[in-house]
Order: sequence, then C-alpha cells, then structure tokens
Amino acid sequence: MELRKRDHRYTASEISDEWFVQKTKNENEAEAVVRPSLSYWQDAWRRLLKNRLAMAGLIFLILLIFMAIFGPLISPHSVEEQRLANQNMPPSSEHWFGTDELGRDVFSRTWLGARISLFVGAVAALIDFIIGVIYGGVAGYKGGKTDHLMMRFVEILYGLPYLLVVILISVVMGPGLFTIIFALSVTGWVGMARIVRGQVLQIKNYEFVLASKTFGTKTSRIIKKNLLPNTMGPIIVQMTLTVPSAIFAEAFLSFLGLGIQPPFASWGSMANDGLSTILSGHWWRLFFPAFFISLTMFSFNVLGDGLQDALDPRLRR
Amino acid sequence: MEKVLEISDLHVSFKTYGGEVKAVRGVTFDLYKGEILAIVGESGCGKSVTAQSIMRLIPSPPGRITSGSVLFKGMDLTRLKEPKLRKIRGADISMIFQDPMTALNPTLTIGEQIIEGIMQHKPVTRQQAKKTALDMLDLVGIPNPLERLKHFPHQFSGGMRQRIVIAMALVCQPEVLIADEPTTALDVTIQAQILDLFKEIQKKTGVSIILITHDLGVVAQVANRVVVMYAGKIVEAGSRREIFYRPQHPYTKGLLNSVPRLDLEESELVPIAGSPPDLFSPPAGCPFVARCAYAMEVCDRAYPDKTHLSKEHHVDCWLQDERAIKMRVHVR
Amino acid sequence: MTAYIIKRLIAMLVTLWLIITLTFFLMHSVPGSPFNEERATNETVQKNLEKFYHLDKPLIVQYGLYLKSVVTFDFGPSIKKSSQTVNDMLGRGFPVSFELGIVTLLVAVISGITLGMIAALRHNGIIDYAAMTIAVLGISIPNFVMATLLIQQVAVNWGILPVATWVSPKHMILPTLALATGPMAIIARLTRSSMLEVLTQDYIRTAKAKGLSPVKIVFKHALRNALLPVVTVLGSLAASILTGTFVIEKIFAIPGMGKYFVESINQRDYPVIMGTTVFYSAILIMLLFLVDIAYGILDPRIKLHKKEGS
Repeated sequence: MELRKRDHRYTASEISDEWFVQKTKNENEAEAVVRPSLSYWQDAWRRLLKNRLAMAGLIFLILLIFMAIFGPLISPHSVEEQRLANQNMPPSSEHWFGTDELGRDVFSRTWLGARISLFVGAVAALIDFIIGVIYGGVAGYKGGKTDHLMMRFVEILYGLPYLLVVILISVVMGPGLFTIIFALSVTGWVGMARIVRGQVLQIKNYEFVLASKTFGTKTSRIIKKNLLPNTMGPIIVQMTLTVPSAIFAEAFLSFLGLGIQPPFASWGSMANDGLSTILSGHWWRLFFPAFFISLTMFSFNVLGDGLQDALDPRLRR
Repeated sequence: MEKVLEISDLHVSFKTYGGEVKAVRGVTFDLYKGEILAIVGESGCGKSVTAQSIMRLIPSPPGRITSGSVLFKGMDLTRLKEPKLRKIRGADISMIFQDPMTALNPTLTIGEQIIEGIMQHKPVTRQQAKKTALDMLDLVGIPNPLERLKHFPHQFSGGMRQRIVIAMALVCQPEVLIADEPTTALDVTIQAQILDLFKEIQKKTGVSIILITHDLGVVAQVANRVVVMYAGKIVEAGSRREIFYRPQHPYTKGLLNSVPRLDLEESELVPIAGSPPDLFSPPAGCPFVARCAYAMEVCDRAYPDKTHLSKEHHVDCWLQDERAIKMRVHVR
Repeated sequence: MTAYIIKRLIAMLVTLWLIITLTFFLMHSVPGSPFNEERATNETVQKNLEKFYHLDKPLIVQYGLYLKSVVTFDFGPSIKKSSQTVNDMLGRGFPVSFELGIVTLLVAVISGITLGMIAALRHNGIIDYAAMTIAVLGISIPNFVMATLLIQQVAVNWGILPVATWVSPKHMILPTLALATGPMAIIARLTRSSMLEVLTQDYIRTAKAKGLSPVKIVFKHALRNALLPVVTVLGSLAASILTGTFVIEKIFAIPGMGKYFVESINQRDYPVIMGTTVFYSAILIMLLFLVDIAYGILDPRIKLHKKEGS
C-alpha cells in the first residue's frame, strides 16, 4: 500500500475524514528518492563507456599495442628477411601488405614501425609528464616570486617555434631514436607545466586544501592526497594528446631525413620511403604506414576528447 | 483592474542526465496593469523558470513548456511563432537577469547594446535611438551618460551595471518588466537604491513589474502583491498586507519567521528545517509535508485544492479544510 | 595598452635573442666544426665563410659579430652553393612560401570558422557529428599523406588538376588544400567548443530577451567573443603551416624557402640551416607578438587588467 501511494491520485470523494489527523513521522520519507551516487572516477568511466567513438579509439589502441608486440611473430616473414626476387610485390596471400624495394615484408615491418612510433610517443609523453608535473607543481605550489620567475622562463620557451628547435637539435646531434626523444622533450614539457601550474593554483585555494593546511598536514601529504587526484584529469587528457603529436613529429623528422635510421623503421620512415615510389604505382608502401599513422592519431585524438568530456566535472549533468 | 498577463496552468520540464525535472507544475496567476507583483520562494522552487517561460527564454532543449498558456494581448505566448515572439521580446515584455556582471556583452560598448535594442523594434535613426538611450540612462541615474555610452561593461560597478541593464530593458517602453532576482548579486546598500529605482520607474512609466526574489525584505519594500512558490507550485498568493500579516500556508509562515523583521520586537529567527522534495518525481500530496509542523495524514496522500480567502488571497493547504479543525487548534 | 605592448615587445626580443644564440652555439657544437675546409665545396666558399664567420677569432667574438650581422639582416654565404648567400635564397624562396602560407592561412581560418560555427549551431545534430568527425580526421592525417592522396586521386587518377609546381592559380589548389586541412580542423574544433560555451552565457540570453534575431545574436554577440580563443592559437597555427610548407613544397616541387631548407638539411649546409632557422623564428615570434596585440584590441577587458596590474 505504501508503494502505491505515490502514483495514485485521490478524487475529492475518496478523501477520508480519518486522514485529518497528525501525521505519524516517517523518518525515511525525506530521503525517499535517492539517486545512485557515484565516485568521480566511476562516473567518468561510465561516461567514457557511453562515448562510442572514444571507446572505438581505445579498443583500436589496445589492439595496436598487442600487434606491436606480437605482430612480427604472427607474420611468416621476419622483419629483416630480404629476397631480391620479391622486390616491390603488391599485397598477396604470401605478403599481406606487399614488400618493399629490398623484398622485405611490409606487414612485419609495419608492426616494427608501430613499436618505434608508439615507443617515441609514449616516452615523449612520459618525459613531458615527469618534467611538467614537477616544474608546474613547484611553480604553482610555491607561488609568488618563484612562480613568477619560473613562468617567465616557460613563456620564453613557449615562444620558441617547437618544430624548428626539434629540427635544429636533430641536425646537430645527428638522426636517431635518442635524438628524436631528446629533441621532443626539450620544449615539449612546457604545455604540461602550464596546465599543472594552473590547476595547482586553482585548487590550492580551495577550502578543503586550506582546511588540511590549518590542521598542520605535511606539504608532501597535501600534494599526494589532495592536489594530485584533483589535477589528474587535465593531465591525463594532455598526455593522451601528446602521444599523437610526438608520433606526428617523428614522421615529420623522418620526412626531412632526420628520423629513425635503417635498419630500424618507424611509420614515418616507411611512409617517407614509400612516398618516392608512389608515382611508380607501389601504393602499398605508403598506404599501410600512412594509414596506421592516421588511424593511431585519430584514435588518440578521439580518446583524448572523450576523456576530456568524461573527466570534466563542470559538464556533469 | 486591467489584466496585462494571464498565466494559467503552466507546466515546464527539463530533460536531464538523470531524468525529467518537473520544475513548474501548474502555475496560474495574473499580472495587473501598473502593479509590482513579487514571486517568492527558495532557490529551485521554479520561480525563475516561470519567469523565463513567460517569454520562452528557457534553454530548449533541455527545457520545454509541456502545457498551459501565457496570454498577452489576446495572444498565447507559449504557442506564438518565434518571429512574432521576437517582436514582443524587449518591446512589450522586457526581462532583467540576476547577475549584472555577466548580463552585458563584455566586448560591446553599453551604448551599442542599448541602441541595438531600440533599433530592433522602433523605426528610428541611430541618432534618435542614441537620444532615447541617453534619456533612459539619465532616468536610471547614470551620471554623465553621453560619455558613458562609449564605455564597456567592465568599466562600471555592479550597481551601475544593473542600472544599465534596467535602462536597456525599458528603452522600448514595455508594458511588462520581468526582473529575475535583480538585487541578489548586489551589496545591501546598492540593493536599496535599485529597489527605489524600480518604484520610481513604475510610477513614471506605468510599467507592470514581476519581481522574482527569495528575499522577503525586498518584497516588503516594493511589492503590491505576492505569489509564494514551493516545489513548482503556487502555495499561497495575496496582497502584500495579506501575506505579511495574515499568512495561511505553513511554508509562508516559515519564510516570514526566517527573515529578520524590524517591525516586531523580540522576534526570533526560525529556519525551516529540511529541504524541498526532489522534482525528478514530485510527491502526489503536498510537497511541503516532510517539513511541515502541522502535517496530517491527508497531506501525504493528496494535493489540497485552492481555498479563496479574499478576492486576492488564496492558499493551497489542507488546514483550510473544515475537517482539519482539530489540527487548527495547534496552529499559532 | 602601451605598457602591455612594451612588455610583449621585450618578451619578443628576449625570445628572438635566445633563438639566435641557441642556433649559433648549437651549430658550433656540431662535431668537427661545420664551417671547416672539408665541408666547403671550393675555395671561394671557404673564403666567404672565413670572412663572414671570422673563424680566426675566439668563439665569443665570433658570436658577437654574428649577432651584429643578423641584426643587419645578413645571414652569410652557403657552403654548398658557391656564390650564393642565404639572403639570395630567402629573397627567391620567401615570396613563394609567403604566398602559399597566406593563402593557406586564409583558407584554414575562413573554412574552419564556418565549419565550427555550423557545428555549434547544430549542436548534437548530424551536421555537428559529421563536421567534427571530418575535423578529427583532418587533425589525424599528416599533411604529407594528405598531399599524396590528393596528387594520386585528383591529379593522377582524375587528371583535373596539375600534379606539381607553382605557376598558376590552378597549381595552387592542391598544395593549399593539403596544407590547410590540419589547421582548418583545429580552428573548426576550437570555434565549435568556444561558440558552445559563449552561447550559454548570460549576455546571449539578454540579447535574446531584447528580441534580437538569431542571426544577429550569433554574428554580433556570440561570434566575436567565440573567436577570441581562435585568435590566440593563430600564432602557433602559423608556425605549423610554416613547418608544413617544408613538406608540401618538397612534395609539390614548389620553389619556396621550405624546399631550400629541406635541401640544406639533407646536404648539411649549416649556414643555410642557421640563417633560415633564425629568419623563420623571427617571423613566427613577430606573428605571436602581433596576435597578442590583436587580442588586446579585440578584447576591451585586457586594457583594464593592465591598469589594475600596474
């Protein structure tokens, strides 16, 4: 009977005289309707799951990482295997993605390229994260003169044309994997530092942080317990977007002849090699690396967008 | 008295992430010519939504007027085509919003923002429009208006900005002015000035004003008539005297007891315990039942009918039912 | 406002000085100085090099003299091409690259803003999703892939536009398109999100309450405010277009500065790399400066901040 009450509309004649007595207090009444409460991360995850494009990106990236590790093992041809008789063969049941000018299997080499490209992206993002969080965190937390000075420096670095500096460093250090990662890291962390500082500045003044300060909590503990969980959202988004820009920068350097050198291959260097043969009709040599660069960047971008929507509590409705 | 606006059985809902919020649930009231009508209630009671629905300014989607009508000069504004409605907005009915800091476009001079409103509705030249704007700024008490026309919003204080917003709303001599919490964001001293301005403008221009507020102090100063809203419904309405001296609904009484009053000695502030019901699934009975000191069994089961106590004064409460005689003994 | 301009101007000069210094010392740290005999192709070049870089003097003096010549806009000789100076190359290549860059920027800005605005006004509709999917694709496809796709399809398979070079407006279409896609996508996304944000602002509701038409509300009240964030990224977009010209000019065989730059990198023609980098940086840093000033003009609140700040 109690359950039916909410829906039933009484007509005037149904109103009983006996109901005009003091209501017995029902403690549960006030909280009759309670919407399920979710933690911040649960809620964010649920929102991400709902975003189909972002999930597609995530699934593709997981598959890609799997293939980068196991792909070369699946292929019947090793990465190095050269058969001059098999030069520039179009895709077939024998060579799924065709072969290159040395008769090497493009399928195997695509996954080798995936390893290098993902490695460059991941390491660049990681280094940006470490330097950016420390630098931005210190600047934001210390505030005042320290902050002012540190941010002046960041501003100047921010004004430097990113890819030109990367080219310059690569020219000086000579091409190679280490050079690329080093060059990308020299100015790459600046964006992360700015984001972290902004977040820290904002959150530092929130009441709950002030509260723990007045209780005499240690600085390191405040950073660990209060600041980090609250700044994680924008940081994760920024990292997700750093990976594709690093992958692109690597491809760009390869294009200028400053990228990964043989015998290694990245998608960038494969695409660059393929570019010169495109007019002779060997489309597959460009197509596969270019396709995977594009799809990977696409996946990271949509995942980044999805994370941004999912992690931004202001959009919560 | 002549009715300018007739709102009947207005229902407004918002579709949200968690379900449909029934923000306004059958609101009926009239606005008479030349009066200041106050709509009071706690935040979330639906007073702002009601005000914005009159001019169909609720964001849609997610907001939607599900039923009811708003009659103005024989037209139902809830059904009017958008281009026709635009001719009414700003010309016949104007609106002022809560926060003067954000209500003005930061990248346009205030002169431009006032003049564009005039040019939109009146067949005048820019020079004539500028003249009207100057007069209006003068009326709302902006010193040195000719110079000020060229300034940007950020160059004014909050009180000054609200005066500009009021001037902007009045430039086309509207018949109805809807002011949504016009003093809430201002300092107390500025609040009094702005309220005086409303009274003055009402006398000078004869405009009818709907004043939305949660502040009974504001109501006491300027309103002729008061509508009390709770959980999307009008629970009591009457003249200012009736509401202040003979409140009938326990919620109205609670509101009055929770504000400081200078006219009563030994007054003690009593807050209303608890919070309003969730409008995702509003209760079938009286929405105030959980917080009401005089709650009866019947209040839980059915919503009370409207009881008329005088020409203006009416209340939705089961205590008005003759069968509640035993309960009424307890009522102060 | 003046104080603001002076502050930005000083920051600009510091950054410029930093990049010149960085370039100079980085180049001099290349193993086995890049300016020694083995690298020069002949004696004339060697003499030019010694004269320009004052290789007999101590490094710090060399640095001072180099700063001086850069300030007077003299970037010295090339190692690989005798009788050519970096200035000659810039003089020939820059007008072409400038043309490509400006046309691209215009195409990207106009189409990006239009696309972003339409998407915002049709928020959550099919057009919105379509526009944004295209935009993410545009960001994800590297410009060299875009360029090859266009050449392969439009020029080779369909044969409706020329494959390469830069001699008529018809020749400009494909390179511009390939170069503009990325920046266009970025502008479209930014315009959309900023427009959506602005459309929820109180002053938009005020404009609506005034009875303004949707067209007026969008163009007069929303667009200007929505474009402020777009203006701030113009500088970095110009940078990405500029570096993009390296790739596009090489693929389409356009005789611009980018092509010379890529050649100089491949041939390790250090003086050219050095001169071009400094020149490019100067342009970009100046652009960033102009964007800052433009922002200050577009947003009247900036002036106040400076007044309050001082």
